[in-house]
Amino acid sequence: MREITESKIQAVEARAAALRRHIISMLGEAGSGHTGGSLSSADIVACLYFWEMKVDPEQPRKPDRDRFVLSKGHAAPVLYAALAEKGFFPVSELNSLRKLGSRLQGHPDMNKLPGVEASTGSLGQGISWAVGMALAEKMNGPDRNRIYALLGDGEIEEGIVWEALMAAAHYKLDNLTVFLDHNRLQIDGLIAEVMSPEPVADKFRAFGWETLAIDGHDVSQIMQALELARSTTGRPTAIIADTVKGKGCSFMENKAEWHGTAPNREQTIQALEELGVSSQRA
Amino acid sequence: MEKQATRDAYGKALVELGRKYSDVVVLDADLSKSTKTADFAKVFPDRFINAGIAEQNMMGMAAGLAASGKVPYASSFAIFATGRAFEIVRNSLAYANLNVKICATHAGLTVGEDGGSHQSVEDLAIMRCIPNITVVAPADGASTRQAVEAIYHHPGPVYLRLGRPAVPVIYDESLNFRIGRGIVLRGGKDATLIGCGIMVAKCLEAADRLRAEGIDVSVVDMHTIKPIDRDLIARKAHETGAILTVEEHSVLGGLGGAVCEVVCEQFPVPVMRMGIKDQFGQSGNPDELLEYYGLTVDMIVANTRILVSKK
Repeated sequence: MREITESKIQAVEARAAALRRHIISMLGEAGSGHTGGSLSSADIVACLYFWEMKVDPEQPRKPDRDRFVLSKGHAAPVLYAALAEKGFFPVSELNSLRKLGSRLQGHPDMNKLPGVEASTGSLGQGISWAVGMALAEKMNGPDRNRIYALLGDGEIEEGIVWEALMAAAHYKLDNLTVFLDHNRLQIDGLIAEVMSPEPVADKFRAFGWETLAIDGHDVSQIMQALELARSTTGRPTAIIADTVKGKGCSFMENKAEWHGTAPNREQTIQALEELGVSSQRA
Repeated sequence: MEKQATRDAYGKALVELGRKYSDVVVLDADLSKSTKTADFAKVFPDRFINAGIAEQNMMGMAAGLAASGKVPYASSFAIFATGRAFEIVRNSLAYANLNVKICATHAGLTVGEDGGSHQSVEDLAIMRCIPNITVVAPADGASTRQAVEAIYHHPGPVYLRLGRPAVPVIYDESLNFRIGRGIVLRGGKDATLIGCGIMVAKCLEAADRLRAEGIDVSVVDMHTIKPIDRDLIARKAHETGAILTVEEHSVLGGLGGAVCEVVCEQFPVPVMRMGIKDQFGQSGNPDELLEYYGLTVDMIVANTRILVSKK
């Protein structure tokens, strides 16, 4: 059992704040992309990369490593921000997001950018990859490496997600931990109004998963949930994270229209100010 | 005459492959008794994953396994492997360029009594139009056995098209099966019959009958639909001046379409495409169905006569 100390929590919170600043800058520069859903998962992703996972930026494909699959691939900015902060590539490269020839494609491309474990973007497929990866680890012998995935709550409207969840429980993949970014919004509005997947926790439980519910912006709760997942045997763990789409930026929070819109120049400056960056440095 | 179903050869070859290479894993979607992946499952139960009736997840899991260093062979009927799972094949296997071998059985009409919902007439067309996918349709059990290992050594996603019924064995162990290299089984200058899969044996039979009538044709086993052997096609177009393509597949977009693409650009000659005429299949026994849809030795002979007369 790892110790969850105040200083560790603060260290991860500082990283999460950095991820948010990178997300806003890179999207502002790119002029397009998915702001709301990247911001809502920043605390989860910060925990994964700066506390939980065993990864080595010097050896991105080292066999003995944990893997993270961003199944909600449109949140690429949060992944790219984490990988840059971790040292997989220079932070300055974040400004190339979505540009012709960039390694930072609109949705993550494992063949272009070091640190990306799965080429996702078409919703529902990443979780399926994660199940395959967990199976591979089980075949390789006693559990050394863990697999993590992040799903969106609109994404779980895709049937393949449930095929994957069924398979994970069937094959007792206790080395697989999945977060659900439960920000309650999709493109056309509230998930409850478009195609309600509720009650989500009950569904995961019914599919045989150990299911936890947390505040997705409380780093200590994320850490505790990850600890619980590590000690759960015989079934995979789902962590339903209550989140706010656009978290960190007052004019974006809880708004469906910030799903696939990037901030313009003024909005970028304003958002960065809220995140603690003064206009001179923006 | 010795006969073997390509799916049977596949099942046996998978076991041999599994013994040779420990990174081979096999997936199926509740059809392992039909696809013959059950042979592998029996010997290597820890390396066999049944996805259940969930072809999309099967292909997604295959992606994850391949990304983790395994070499997955994923099987179902052609209609489900390529149809149901199409976009997962396209985005998770082809776009990501992963080393997964999609080995689908029960392609074409010869699924038989199960009927039209289960008879894929379009799988070659849809697979070959996706970038990065290599497409192979072996003609008999012996070449299937070699193909199963050949695709292991061929990096990237591969679609291997196999059938249900027992078909004549054409080759023996002396065959040097090479992906991308068509096999010339008969030389002859009056026309070229280019076939794949179960139609190759029929082309050979037709060639023998045509010979007796004084029409001397070449027969090519074009097992690799993509990358297709462009040089061989151009050479045969030049040498014989007329081509008949023959496939247990729609006349749209499969072997016929691929051959036309090459001929039109490199050496235009008349090409007649034999196949399923843009229709769905139906229930019947395999031989009756081939008869009904015109995929017979008689029709190959008749079409060749017409083709040659128009030269």
